[in-house]
Amino acid sequence: MSLNRPLVTLMGKKDGFVLVLDDTCAFDALLEELKQKLSQNQTRYREGPTITVKVQAGDRYLKPEQRDELTRVISSFHHLKVAAIESNVMTQKEFEEKRVREQLVSVNRVIRSGQVLSIQGNLLLIGDVNPGGTVTATGNIYVFGALRGIACAGTGDSNPQAVIAASIMEPTQLRIGDRISRTDESQLDELRNDHFLECAYVDPDVDKIVIDKLHQIQQKQIIPVMNADM
Amino acid sequence: MGEAIVVTSGKGGVGKTTTSANIGTVLALQGKKVCLVDTDIGLRNLDVVMGLENRIIYDLVDVAEGRCKLNQALVKDKRFDSLTLLPAAQTTDKMAVKPEQMKKMVDALKEDYDYVIIDCPAGIERGFRNAVAGADHAIVVTTPEISSVRDADRIIGLLEQEKQLTPPRLIINRIRQHMMKNGGMLEIDEIMNILAIDLLGIVLDDDEVISSSNKGQPVAMDPNSKAAQAYRNIGRRILGETVPLMAIEEKPGLIQKIKTLLRMR
Repeated sequence: MSLNRPLVTLMGKKDGFVLVLDDTCAFDALLEELKQKLSQNQTRYREGPTITVKVQAGDRYLKPEQRDELTRVISSFHHLKVAAIESNVMTQKEFEEKRVREQLVSVNRVIRSGQVLSIQGNLLLIGDVNPGGTVTATGNIYVFGALRGIACAGTGDSNPQAVIAASIMEPTQLRIGDRISRTDESQLDELRNDHFLECAYVDPDVDKIVIDKLHQIQQKQIIPVMNADM
Repeated sequence: MGEAIVVTSGKGGVGKTTTSANIGTVLALQGKKVCLVDTDIGLRNLDVVMGLENRIIYDLVDVAEGRCKLNQALVKDKRFDSLTLLPAAQTTDKMAVKPEQMKKMVDALKEDYDYVIIDCPAGIERGFRNAVAGADHAIVVTTPEISSVRDADRIIGLLEQEKQLTPPRLIINRIRQHMMKNGGMLEIDEIMNILAIDLLGIVLDDDEVISSSNKGQPVAMDPNSKAAQAYRNIGRRILGETVPLMAIEEKPGLIQKIKTLLRMR
């Protein structure tokens, strides 16, 4: 460890600070220098609007407590807010959780009355969900077929960002996160006439589940783009 | 070695027993050796519909518990030599027989008969599991009503989990022409869309079915009945023939023809 190389480098970017942390030294030393650096430079950001800070930890694995510690130290300075803590390293458990959360499980069958299909991650169902059948996923649900039963997306950590898309959308009930919507009869008749390729999501403006045509959703960019490497 | 076909529906009262009796009859009419098995223990009906109630000496539970040989319990039909019935017991309930025992019995019957038709009780409990245990094929009966279609869907889901079964086939029973025309009943296409299995046949609602059941004579014996025609078509499809579906539209009678003529003026 060379002494002339600083452990913490503070860089100003267009959209805020970037804190580059050395990944070979001890964490305590890092914390110490971080405090020092931030108080030294305090004059630069004492006034004006809140500045977001992106922390880059390099190849250092940060435990959840350490992340909390970093966040606490940085936000103890006025006008500083942690936007993200990035690290190149994650534990196998974290990776596995992330993989399961982001995986796309495809299932090719008809979910009939009384049947329940529950999966971790995103569900791609090639087949129908009949009335009385239920599909649940911790992520999004995409149905290549008719959705006539119940679909619950974003279960588990009740993620309100999850979406439910179906070729034919005539559900009895939709649940996204902890929100529930019921299709009433008049709505169903309307859906029957014009129900092709639709998607349900939680509209933040009204905080309710709404159903929209797929191409309208694209404009709103509700559907998250899948990671290319997954 | 014959084939065992279970006739089931989930919901009660849609015509499982009538369908079983008539399929058995038409297959016997085609010269096949057929054994009907009533698994509705405690609520047996198939013997009554076939008009064989007074000939029962032993029943399915007697066979299962070893009180008699399988052959002793079989009741020969009074019309066909090639048709027999294994009646259910009326005195106990479904728990009297285990699925393994049923499978053994059906396997033994398959040795001697071309077709073993198993009449399944309503419900999805033990009676259903008993009936399905020995079957190779399944026929699901539904009527064009939402509740019946919903239950049929549930049953199809359960049948699909039975590994020994071929994909189930559907009979839509009790179709009323006028109600289907004015939208009061689910249409055949609508039912097929939801259930998504092969259609084995459609049977029109016919008063003859009830009156002939009451006489202990399956309607399939009456060549003039529309329902009988439908059952004969179903029988031929089971035997592997390709038979087009019957037209649902009523043929206009003489009075109807005159009415339309008058209206045209």
